[in-house]
Amino acid sequence: MNVIVCVKQIPDPNAPGKLDPQTRRLVREGVDLVLDPGDEHGVEAALQVVEKAGGEVTVVSMGPPKALDAIRKALSMGGTRGILITDPLLENSDALSTARAIAAAVKGQPFDLIICGTESTDGYSGAMPAQLAELLGLPLLSFAKKLEVGDGKAVIDRQTDDGYDVVEAPLPAVVTVTGGINEARYPSLRGIMQAKHKEVKQVGVDDLGLTGQVGAGSLTQEVVQAVPAEARKAGEVVEDKGEGAKRVADFLAQLKVI
Amino acid sequence: MAIWVFAETVDGAPRPVVLELLTRARSLGEVSAVALGPGAGQATEALGAYGAGKVFVHEDPAFRDTLATPAVDLLASLIERHQPEAVLFGMTYDGRDIASRLSARLGTALIANATDLDRKDGTLAVISPLFGGTTLVTTISKSKPPALILVRPKAFTAETGGGVTPEVERLTDAIDAAKPAARVLKREKEQAAGPRLEDAAVIVSGGRGLGGPENFGMLDELAAELGAAVGASRAVVDAGWKPYSFQIGQTGKTVKPTVYIALGISGAMQHTVGMKGAKTIIAINKDAEAPIFKLADLGIVGDVHKIVPQLIKEVRSRKGK
Repeated sequence: MNVIVCVKQIPDPNAPGKLDPQTRRLVREGVDLVLDPGDEHGVEAALQVVEKAGGEVTVVSMGPPKALDAIRKALSMGGTRGILITDPLLENSDALSTARAIAAAVKGQPFDLIICGTESTDGYSGAMPAQLAELLGLPLLSFAKKLEVGDGKAVIDRQTDDGYDVVEAPLPAVVTVTGGINEARYPSLRGIMQAKHKEVKQVGVDDLGLTGQVGAGSLTQEVVQAVPAEARKAGEVVEDKGEGAKRVADFLAQLKVI
Repeated sequence: MAIWVFAETVDGAPRPVVLELLTRARSLGEVSAVALGPGAGQATEALGAYGAGKVFVHEDPAFRDTLATPAVDLLASLIERHQPEAVLFGMTYDGRDIASRLSARLGTALIANATDLDRKDGTLAVISPLFGGTTLVTTISKSKPPALILVRPKAFTAETGGGVTPEVERLTDAIDAAKPAARVLKREKEQAAGPRLEDAAVIVSGGRGLGGPENFGMLDELAAELGAAVGASRAVVDAGWKPYSFQIGQTGKTVKPTVYIALGISGAMQHTVGMKGAKTIIAINKDAEAPIFKLADLGIVGDVHKIVPQLIKEVRSRKGK
């Protein structure tokens, strides 16, 4: 069973994000970059599959050369090898360009399953995995909170508004996982040491045969304006000295909730 | 200019977000709806009441039982035949899968997380929040039409209008059942008692500050007294204390209750983007620096474990129990 897991390096989600007022691009300078916490669950899910069924986990990411750190983190958790898609031509790619690049990068690889987080924590459109599945002509099992693989198929519990659906697809397939699917492991010291020596292949637009099909020249959309949203005004903040519950009840009565 | 709305239906009834989209689409162009799956034909009257002049209907069970792909096949061929300017989808589980696959199939723009739509010099402009709603960006399509736009639920208030009986076109396109696909085997419900989060006027929501899943019992009690629904932050869901269906935030549900009571929730952007549309916010948290207090109309700095039981008592006594 060979599993590909897609990961993304993002600005630390605990630090407030900023757009450059001129270019309307994400400001990356002076911000800590981390492996998207949502993707740690994807890596964990991939590792659990191969620990049960045997096989290898290939970690794929697209980003600037620094995104290598995110791949190393996934390798330190237990991934086998990495592929970093990096090219100045891919700067500012939209989701569809990213999906095209990843589709091209994995096409030569033997795989049974591609696992992604449901959405990145920074962009949060959640489009890329479905676009990748479409480009590869594969079924997509999305929003998995449980994943079982065997007998040439994958079965998931797929999150719904009021519960979950049990959904099945033949392999190969693309799966997206929610944060609830597992508790991601911490890299061990040994894992961190080993990760430094694991193979990470770097590929660019020419290597992928995508010249002219991805990146800034083929963007499907443009951000034409970015403005600060109207902020909610803070109300009254009081310290509880035994009267807190009464204050809340008074307020609820005033709002006619009680 | 033709604006289409993908009209997701459940047992023949359109999802609330569909009616919200139709309401907004009315002012942007001539509106048609696409309703797929068994019973979809029953939705045409409601779709017309909210603004659809025309409804495309295909009632094959595959649209209900197979994820995304049959709908993508049909939409791709319908779009080729009719060339709409844009297709609006609710940002639901299925809406997101279908719109995303379709954008890869057609090579057209997919703009997600929309909370408003407008026209600028004739061009459809999509407004969406970034960074937990602190920044609003306006995006336009640069690809060939149609622009595929995923709109977050509760972005608009559904209002009937027009009230015409729509023209209904029944489709007979063949469904390719041989394709490898994701098929639904079983549906399970794990809905809590009380109102649905999406519909509740009052929401009592818990965060990591509750300390453990066992302490959600007091939230259930408080919610029962207030006729409220119970929600949770991502931290709580990731920790496995509550199922994902309780999650409010960027990942999770967007809610707009009259009153939102945040208990032990710090107010990370991930969470606030899903609840800052509440009319009134009440927060209790022991950390005076918690960002939730910047949004709250009333904030109490204190221990939820002490205050919530007192609050339940207080509410009961005022209700004369």
